[in-house]
Amino acid sequence: MPLIDLANPTRFLNLSGKLLPWLAAATAIAFAVGSVQVAGAPDDYQQGATAKIMFVHVPNAWLAMFVWVVMSAAALGTLVWRHPLADVAAKAAAPLGAAFTFIALVTGSLWGRPMWGTYWVWDARLTSVLVLFLMYLGLIALWRTVDDPSRAGRAAAILTLVGAINLPIIKFSVDWWNTLHQPASVFRAGGPTMSASFLVPLLVMALAFTLLFLTLHLAAMRNEILRRRVRTLQMMQAQSAVGA
Amino acid sequence: MTALGALLVRDMRLSIRIGGGALMGVLFFLIVVTLTPLAIGPDLALLARIGPAILWLGALLASLLTLDRLLSADHDDGSLDLVLMGRAPLELAVVTKALAHWLTTGLPLVIAAPVLGLFLNLSPAAIGAVMLTLLVGTPALTCTGLIGAALAVALRRGGLLLPVLVLPLTVPVLVFGVSAANAAVVGPVPFGTPFTILCAVTLVGLVVGPFAAAAALRHGME
Repeated sequence: MPLIDLANPTRFLNLSGKLLPWLAAATAIAFAVGSVQVAGAPDDYQQGATAKIMFVHVPNAWLAMFVWVVMSAAALGTLVWRHPLADVAAKAAAPLGAAFTFIALVTGSLWGRPMWGTYWVWDARLTSVLVLFLMYLGLIALWRTVDDPSRAGRAAAILTLVGAINLPIIKFSVDWWNTLHQPASVFRAGGPTMSASFLVPLLVMALAFTLLFLTLHLAAMRNEILRRRVRTLQMMQAQSAVGA
Repeated sequence: MTALGALLVRDMRLSIRIGGGALMGVLFFLIVVTLTPLAIGPDLALLARIGPAILWLGALLASLLTLDRLLSADHDDGSLDLVLMGRAPLELAVVTKALAHWLTTGLPLVIAAPVLGLFLNLSPAAIGAVMLTLLVGTPALTCTGLIGAALAVALRRGGLLLPVLVLPLTVPVLVFGVSAANAAVVGPVPFGTPFTILCAVTLVGLVVGPFAAAAALRHGME
């Protein structure tokens, strides 16, 4: 089905309403499988059991960047095609992205304490992710400043695209600078450096968190559409009350 | 071209005369740099060590202070609508306004930096390095701020939002500006390495800023 068919919010509500329970079930199953696998994963020979923080930290860090990519795609949808659901998607994604980034930062610093001896260091990867978090908060502030959603949508779209410049900096910061944060070990030229006993649970957990994002995102988009309908109804009601 | 020239002259005149904020930024810069040693304590060795960072932070905050003037006054009196409807390409008109803004608020910061550097016990080499990095870096700050100013002017009540939107985007300029200035003083990296990256960041800002700002104005004002 072409994307333009989803431009009708009612059709989108129908379809997403049917899709949502399946997505939620898939998320629950993926988390169940992932938890079993994580529990079965061996302890790291150097880090011991603390290495298991990785199974929460890494998927959240991936999603922190992935959500901004989703918002950038939605921003293009807003600016180029004027797709009516694009700014709904962008608005619904911003708080989710901020939450994933926050979890990545918190789990990372909890992991850093036993391993590096400190909760926080100002190295390139940590700083650029913190900047990403601040940009998410700025974007949410922008959405909350303007009362007209379509106008806020276009402003947020431009800011999202400008902010997307930060994404490659985050991705490659560990290669460009000698950081305390370890370099990429899964998506790298020459294949993963991780053993399968860690890699498989990690990928399952990444899938689970991605499904969680999709579920929450769809639900948040539905809420946003309904919220806008309520707003329009309230405005019509207020107008007719004045007219009477 | 004459229209753009007229716009440049007009903007510079407006910001220099009564009601314009041309010297407000420098004054703010002076105050921030005066307050820092009061907070840290008058340890001259320490001040010389962190002086470049203080100067850069002060300049960053001072350039933020005057950003609100870049477009909002023109929006209030309606001349921004004339610029939007004019025959000159909006991107170039926006660049012209940014240039006028930089000449009246950014360049004075660069000129004031040596005097403030003396307050902070900086060596002549360090003062030169800070001036050079500020000269290259402040246009990038203006261009980043231009995006924020365009977004803020398109939205009502945007002024409060402006620093929150702009500051995260200025991180690369600050990082490489300060590291280049420090490299000239203490090393160990040669001055050229961070300085060329700072130049690259500025060039990227000069390209991205006007287009994003023009897009924000077009989408926001319709």
